[in-house]
Amino acid sequence: MDYVIQILGPLLAGTAVTLQVFLLTLLLSVPLGLVLALLRVSHFRIASGIVNGYIWLMRGTPLMLQMLFIYFALPFVPVIGVRLPDFPAAIVAFVLNYAAYFAEIFRAGIQSIERGQYEAARVLGLTYGQTMRRIVLPQVVKRILPPMSNETITLVKDTSLIYVLAMNDLLRAARGIVQRDFTTMPFVVAAAFYLLMTLALTWGFNYLEKRHAVYDE
Amino acid sequence: MPSTMNELSGAAPMIVARDIRKRFGVVEVLKGVSLDIDRGDVVAVIGPSGSGKSTFLRCLNRLESIDSGAVVIAGDTLVSTDAAGVCRYAPDTELRRICRKMGMVFQQFNLFPHLTVLQNIIEAPITVQGLAPATIIPKAEELLRKVGLLDKRDSYPSRLSGGQKQRVAIARALAMEPDIMLFDEPTSALDPELTGEVLRSMRQLAEEHMTMLVVTHEMAFAREVSTSVVFMDEGEIVEARPAGEMFASPEHPRTRAFLEHML
Repeated sequence: MDYVIQILGPLLAGTAVTLQVFLLTLLLSVPLGLVLALLRVSHFRIASGIVNGYIWLMRGTPLMLQMLFIYFALPFVPVIGVRLPDFPAAIVAFVLNYAAYFAEIFRAGIQSIERGQYEAARVLGLTYGQTMRRIVLPQVVKRILPPMSNETITLVKDTSLIYVLAMNDLLRAARGIVQRDFTTMPFVVAAAFYLLMTLALTWGFNYLEKRHAVYDE
Repeated sequence: MPSTMNELSGAAPMIVARDIRKRFGVVEVLKGVSLDIDRGDVVAVIGPSGSGKSTFLRCLNRLESIDSGAVVIAGDTLVSTDAAGVCRYAPDTELRRICRKMGMVFQQFNLFPHLTVLQNIIEAPITVQGLAPATIIPKAEELLRKVGLLDKRDSYPSRLSGGQKQRVAIARALAMEPDIMLFDEPTSALDPELTGEVLRSMRQLAEEHMTMLVVTHEMAFAREVSTSVVFMDEGEIVEARPAGEMFASPEHPRTRAFLEHML
């Protein structure tokens, strides 16, 4: 037990990094994903096509590769080439990648709303924007909570990928101690930390689902 | 060949539809439909499934766009076709303004499931007309009282029966103070024992001289409530006459065959 308390410090520091990556990614990729989804379902063929290609690219290559690319290769790309420090590079990669997944979840949700809802809104005089904001998206939220819960839980665990940029997240901190002390105990503690984080998310999403259960379809 | 119902009444018709043509792919669903509806008319559109009656209704408020023809709503041109055959709709804001004169009730109700009954009714007045909740809520409650559902004010649509849903849908449409009400088979999705309550609300509306266009399979409603009946078949109006005449002595053999089958 003493040993666990002793390694708690560095593990908590790692958890802080993990949580930062998680929260920033969530905060930025959800709105970006929504914008992408709205473009994808819009009648602007070109925008829709570009988003389609974007999603294909982001889902079709490993997140780790994207992160390595942004950190190591982006500085040499003409025009948009910038050199990002490790943390921003990781955030950019995570946001771009997760926005693609969230966009697909939003799109599925938007397209699951019956045509009759759009027609009812239209004959009442609502514009397309008002229909989306007031009628469609509020219903979409309820329908996409389960897949969103899935995706955010995956994100918690995906944060461990930032070790490739030599950042000390929870898992890398644990591995450092394992290699130093020749004991697997830090892995167990790290697993417990991950489980606590995903448990909190599960509870959070359960709460949201309950709150949206006041109405049935 | 315009089929004006009340040619002698001086006022401009509420709805003028001229030679409306519409095709879905290779199927021509409307083959030149013309109809005039005057203020206060209650027109029942009957006919077999696939006769184009719902499509015709949906062309009037632009849920479907037409290929050629003209639609004029209370003197405002929604869509017209020039001599060269080019079909042109009014600009977007104008279009929205014209279509707002028409309320619509759907076969599948299309209530907003995430909003309560009251919220369903006040949504458009607040969002579209910019009314204050304090202004519109008493009016919404009055409408709910009228359709007999004030006690369901705070219920979600999923808790209502089909007949109740449809009456809420009627109240929701009326809250926008339309000049015309379009009904697209309003009782077709209801259990037979629930159609009565919806028809009662519609009859009440007719008695208040609302201009109504009702696509329906309810022959009793067509006969008793409507001022005139339009029989459509295969994308055309076969016969359009005052309700009493239509049922007493249908002229066209197709009308006769249909009515015999339905009654």
